[in-house]
Amino acid sequence: MLSEGSSFMKGMALGGIFCLLLSLLGSFTPGMQSSPEDQHHHHHHIKAPTNDELQSLSEPQMLELSQKVRVYCVIMVQPKVLVYWATAKDTWGKHCDQAVFYSSESAKALEAVDLNEQDEWAKLHKALKHAYDNSGDLRWFFVARPTTFAIIENLKYLVLAKDPNEPFYIGHTMKSGELEYVEYESGIVLSYEALRRLVNVFKDGEKCPERGRSLWKLSEEKQLAMCLKYTGVFAENGEDTQGKGLFNSKSVGSLIEDGMSKNSLDVVEGCCSDLAITFSGMSPNQMQVMMFGVYRLRPYGHNFHDSLIFLPPEGSDND
Amino acid sequence: MRHSFPTFQLDPREGLFCNGVQVTLVVWFERTFSTRSQPDGLEKTAAQLRELEEDSKNWKKERSALFNLNHPHHKGEDSHMADELYKKVRILCWVMTGPNNLQKKARHVKNTWSRHCNVVVFMSSVDDPDFPTVGLGTKEGRDQLYWKTIRAFHYALENHGDEADWFLKADDDTYVVVDNLRWVLANHTPEEPIYFGRRFKPYTKQGYMSGGAGYVLSKEALKRFVDGFKTKVCTHTTHVEDLAMGQCMEKVGVVAGDARDTNLRETFHPFVPEQHLTSKFPKSFWYWSYCYYPISEGPNCCSDLSVSFHYVDASLMYLLEYYTYHLRAFGYRYRYQPPAPLGYKNEAWDRSEGGHSYSKEQPAIPRGPLARVESPSRTDRKPVVMPPAAAGEKDPPAAAQDDKQ
Repeated sequence: MLSEGSSFMKGMALGGIFCLLLSLLGSFTPGMQSSPEDQHHHHHHIKAPTNDELQSLSEPQMLELSQKVRVYCVIMVQPKVLVYWATAKDTWGKHCDQAVFYSSESAKALEAVDLNEQDEWAKLHKALKHAYDNSGDLRWFFVARPTTFAIIENLKYLVLAKDPNEPFYIGHTMKSGELEYVEYESGIVLSYEALRRLVNVFKDGEKCPERGRSLWKLSEEKQLAMCLKYTGVFAENGEDTQGKGLFNSKSVGSLIEDGMSKNSLDVVEGCCSDLAITFSGMSPNQMQVMMFGVYRLRPYGHNFHDSLIFLPPEGSDND
Repeated sequence: MRHSFPTFQLDPREGLFCNGVQVTLVVWFERTFSTRSQPDGLEKTAAQLRELEEDSKNWKKERSALFNLNHPHHKGEDSHMADELYKKVRILCWVMTGPNNLQKKARHVKNTWSRHCNVVVFMSSVDDPDFPTVGLGTKEGRDQLYWKTIRAFHYALENHGDEADWFLKADDDTYVVVDNLRWVLANHTPEEPIYFGRRFKPYTKQGYMSGGAGYVLSKEALKRFVDGFKTKVCTHTTHVEDLAMGQCMEKVGVVAGDARDTNLRETFHPFVPEQHLTSKFPKSFWYWSYCYYPISEGPNCCSDLSVSFHYVDASLMYLLEYYTYHLRAFGYRYRYQPPAPLGYKNEAWDRSEGGHSYSKEQPAIPRGPLARVESPSRTDRKPVVMPPAAAGEKDPPAAAQDDKQ
C-alpha cells in the first residue's frame, strides 16, 4: 500500500517539476544573465513635456530644443510591395528631416540602400549601422516599415525635452517573459546615445549576433531589445498625458470599430490619442486620407497655441 | 482483514496525468470566470442610463428638437473664434432619416457632427418622441424625398424660425463640419436670399445644390421657399429633391451661392474623402458633366475647411469626427491660412485678454515656395522649426535656412 502511494507521490512530484520546467522555458531567453538592472526595472513611461514645463523655458532654450529635435527615418522596404514604399515617400516620409529607405534587395524603381539581405534581424542590424554612420547631425531615429503611418511632429513633441545624448528606446512596449521590447509594427524610436551603444554592442558576436542562432531564433524586435538591454537601455512606452498609447499597431479604422463594438459612450474619445504618433495596417489610399485629416482638415475657429511651430515641408501639396 | 479504503493500482504515469488535468482545469476556470464581472444584461442598462444622463447635460429635448446646451470643447484649445461664430451664425440642422435608419445611421449623426449645430431636428415619416424624430406624415422611399423636404422646411420655419439664422438639410449619411459651415456663412447675412452647397449645373440656369452633400438656406431663402408653395409659384415638380429645390429657388429669386474657399477649393462634397482625394473618376462618369465649377482631383479637390462629405457610413462618421476635431500634428503651421470673416477679427481681439502671444489670423498665403510671413508673430517667443528639405535635395540644411531668413 505504502509503496503504491509513494509511486503516486513520485508521479505528482515529477509532474510538478515538468510543469515548472515548461513555464520556465516559456520565459527562457538564451544567453540571458540576470543583471542588477533587471531587479530595479519597472514599467517605464515616456510622456511629452507639459505646457508648464515648456512655458518655464527661456527663448534660447526653446530654440536649442527645437534645433536638436530632428529625426532620421529608417524605413525598411521590400521591392515586392512597391506601393507602400511609394506611399510612405509621398506622405509621412516628407515630414522626416531625413527619410532613408532600406531594401532587402536592389530594385530599379526604388531609391533605397540595398542591404542585400533576406534575414530580418540582419537587415535591421545593417540598416541601423548605416543610419548611425550617416546621421550627420540628426539625433533621433525612427524605425518603421512603410505599412506604418507616422506623424513625425507628434514624435518630436514626445521627445522634445529629452536629451538625445541619453539612451532612449521608445514605442509601444510589449513583454515576453522577462524581456520588455518595443513592438516593431508601431514604430521604434531610438535616441543617438541608444543607437551609439547598440552599434557598439554589434561588435560583440556573442551578446548580439548579426544572425539569429538557428536553433533559437528570436524575432528582430526582441533581438533588438536584448542587444539594447546588454548596454543598459530599456524599452519605454510612449503615451499622452492621459496615459493613452501613442504608438498603435492597428489602423485607425479598426480602432474606431473596436470602440463601436464596445458600445462605448464616446467612440472617438475612447479611441486614440489626439497626438497619436503611429498607426499601422492602413491601405495607401487610407494613408492619403490620414494626411488630409492630420495636416489639413480642421474646424475653423479652434486654435492650439503650441509653444513650437513646425513648418510644412517644401514641394508638397497633400499636407 | 482488508483495509477500508479501496485498493487500486497507482503508478507514476497516473500521477503525471493528474497534475496535467489539474493545471488545465485551473487555467480554464481562471480564463472563463475572471473576465466576466457582471451579467451582460445588467451592463447594458447601466450604459443606457449613463448615455441618457450625458445627453441631458448637452441637449435640451423640446418639441421633437434637440437644443444644444453645451457644444463640444476641447482641452487646451482656444476656441473663442468658434464660440463667437456659434453665437452669431445660428444653424438649425435637419437630418433626413426614416424609422428603419434611426439605429443604423441617424444615431451616429446624433453622436458626432450634429452636436455642433445650434438646433438639430431629425425628420422622419414617423414621430418618435424618444430619439426624437418629427413625423412628416409621408411614406418612406426615394419618391418621397421631395415631399419630405418640402414638409421638413415648412416645419423648421414654423417651429424654429426664430431660433436660427440658417437652415441646413443633410442626409443621415452626410458628415458636416458645422464650424466650417459657419465660416462660409459668416460673410453673409440671413436676410440675403441665398443658399449654399455643392453646385451642379444641368437643368437649371443658375445651377442647383447636390442633395447628398447637404445644402443650407438663409432665413430669407427659407421664407421665400415657404411663400413659393403658398402662392403656388413652387410645386412638387419632381421627386428628384435637389433638382426640384434648385428649380424653386431660381423661381423665387434665391441666389445659388459659391461656397468655395479663398483658394477656390470646394467645401461641400458629394462623395467620401477617399474618393475625392485618391480616385480618378472615369471621364464618362456623370460627375464630370454635373459640377458647376472645374473639378480638381487629388489634394486640390477639397478645402482644408471642408464642410461636408456624403455616403459616409457609421464608422466613417466617427473617423471623420476624430480627424476633424481630435487628431492633429503638434505645432504644425497649416499651409492654408483662411481669412477671418469680415467684422470678426476686431471683435475677437477686443474680447481677448492682453499680453497674448499668439499670431493673428493671416490673409491666405499663396501656395508655392514657403512665403515669408510678415506678422507680429515674428516678435513672439515661439521658435519656428525649419521644414525638412524636399526629397532628393542634397543641399545642407544651413543653406536652406539662409534663404528663408
